Amino acid sequence: MAVHRLTFPTTEEAIRELRAGDEVTVDGHVIGIRDRTQIRIFDQGVEPPMDLRGAFLLHTAPGVRKLGTDAEGRGRYEKVCIGTTTSARMVRFTEPLGERYGVRAICGKGGFPDEAIEPMRRLGMVYFAIVGGAAALETTQIEEIEEVAWEELMPECLWKFRVKDFGPLTVGIDAHGNSLYHDVQAEANRRLEGILERL
Amino acid sequence: MTTAVDTDLYGVVEDAAAYLYVWALKDIPQDLRDALADAAARETSIPGQRVLNTILKNVQVADDGGNLVCQDTGIAVYTCRVGERFPLHPVRIYQALKAGTERATIEHPLRSNSVHTLTRENTGPNTGYRLPIVHWEFIPDWDGLDVKCVPKGSGSENMSFLKMCVPADGVKGIKQFVLESIVGAGGKPCPPGIVGVGIGGSADYAMYLAKEAIARPIGTRNADPHVAKLEEELFQLLNETGIGPMGLGGDVTVLNCHIEHADTHMTLNPVAVNYQCWAARRASAHIGSNGDVDYDREA
Repeated sequence: MAVHRLTFPTTEEAIRELRAGDEVTVDGHVIGIRDRTQIRIFDQGVEPPMDLRGAFLLHTAPGVRKLGTDAEGRGRYEKVCIGTTTSARMVRFTEPLGERYGVRAICGKGGFPDEAIEPMRRLGMVYFAIVGGAAALETTQIEEIEEVAWEELMPECLWKFRVKDFGPLTVGIDAHGNSLYHDVQAEANRRLEGILERL
Repeated sequence: MTTAVDTDLYGVVEDAAAYLYVWALKDIPQDLRDALADAAARETSIPGQRVLNTILKNVQVADDGGNLVCQDTGIAVYTCRVGERFPLHPVRIYQALKAGTERATIEHPLRSNSVHTLTRENTGPNTGYRLPIVHWEFIPDWDGLDVKCVPKGSGSENMSFLKMCVPADGVKGIKQFVLESIVGAGGKPCPPGIVGVGIGGSADYAMYLAKEAIARPIGTRNADPHVAKLEEELFQLLNETGIGPMGLGGDVTVLNCHIEHADTHMTLNPVAVNYQCWAARRASAHIGSNGDVDYDREA
């Protein structure tokens, strides 16, 4: 299990270097996204006003404080507490995120079900597991909220964060068809059969 | 008629609710800290160790920076034990708890999670129709009020399961359902946490009991020896599944298993599972009839 450091946005080549179980720390830019944000993009057909090519998406609805508005009337925000939500609810957006927008990494907690494995392999994407609930630490790794779009969806807006030493993350699903979640679940089901026989 | 005593006590309960909500979110109980440290010491998988060490670091960062342990401020759930001679009526206690929840949310500020269940529009500062949720118990021959705040996040609350087993399923059916539920939940409820199980009663009461179970100090055992034995057995078996911290595989899948029970109908055998994440937040206040407040993180 190798240890990597990556700056986002990144390339397909860099993503294909990663293997399930590897540890990764991230610098650069992270795009915050959640249920309603993706429902707007894919179910309501609204183009996202941010470039997602090579991007790292984080499943989050941050706790923030509004500082005011800029010259164009867009809100400016500072972080209060930023953490990560359960990814499984949003798995159906994986393929279009990669295919249409060139997203390279999706980060959340709790993992994606197996339906994410094939699109991630084919499109050159990974799923990063963050430690759910560890928001105090995660907040210190976010340097600044650089941009917010779709404020009316607060807190499920489209967020752009600048991060430093973001992690440690674990590669949960790699771009080669491997998923820790699939393997752990298969092993747990095997063990469960044995336990149930003993009851 | 509202008396001066009412007004004072109303303010005391509101202050206590506001304080408890934020305090619970920032400063997790010592028994939980100890359980997490034990888990980190015995975990052998590399991703599992990475997760548990990050959790311990996170708790420290929250202490040092005065920040919330987890961003999910949950829905505020309070449990009230009201003495029959406590001078403030439960109607006013509820209003005070709601006002305190709103004040904490606005002043901190906390993320506001409450939405209309159909329109999904925000309904207020962590309040709304029937929010916060308050459970009541009334105590004879007492003039005090205990308030426990359990702000529980949605990742773990979404992993709640109910099965109306039949009597012929027996205890085996209960065990099987709990084990299958936790394996099926995988990493989604932020393991390793506390598995709360409610057995007996009715469908609704079983789930209430499961919720009550997760709010107990960690590792405490049910007073009924039959139930306590089942808690121990399930605790061991759940950790044999290998789901591990955050579902990435490992030795520690749960920190403990707590069970609450009620007697039931001869044809019923309900079993409810309510998962509590590793950030098992809870905080209590003991309020006297004279307005004195003792805060208690361990209750």
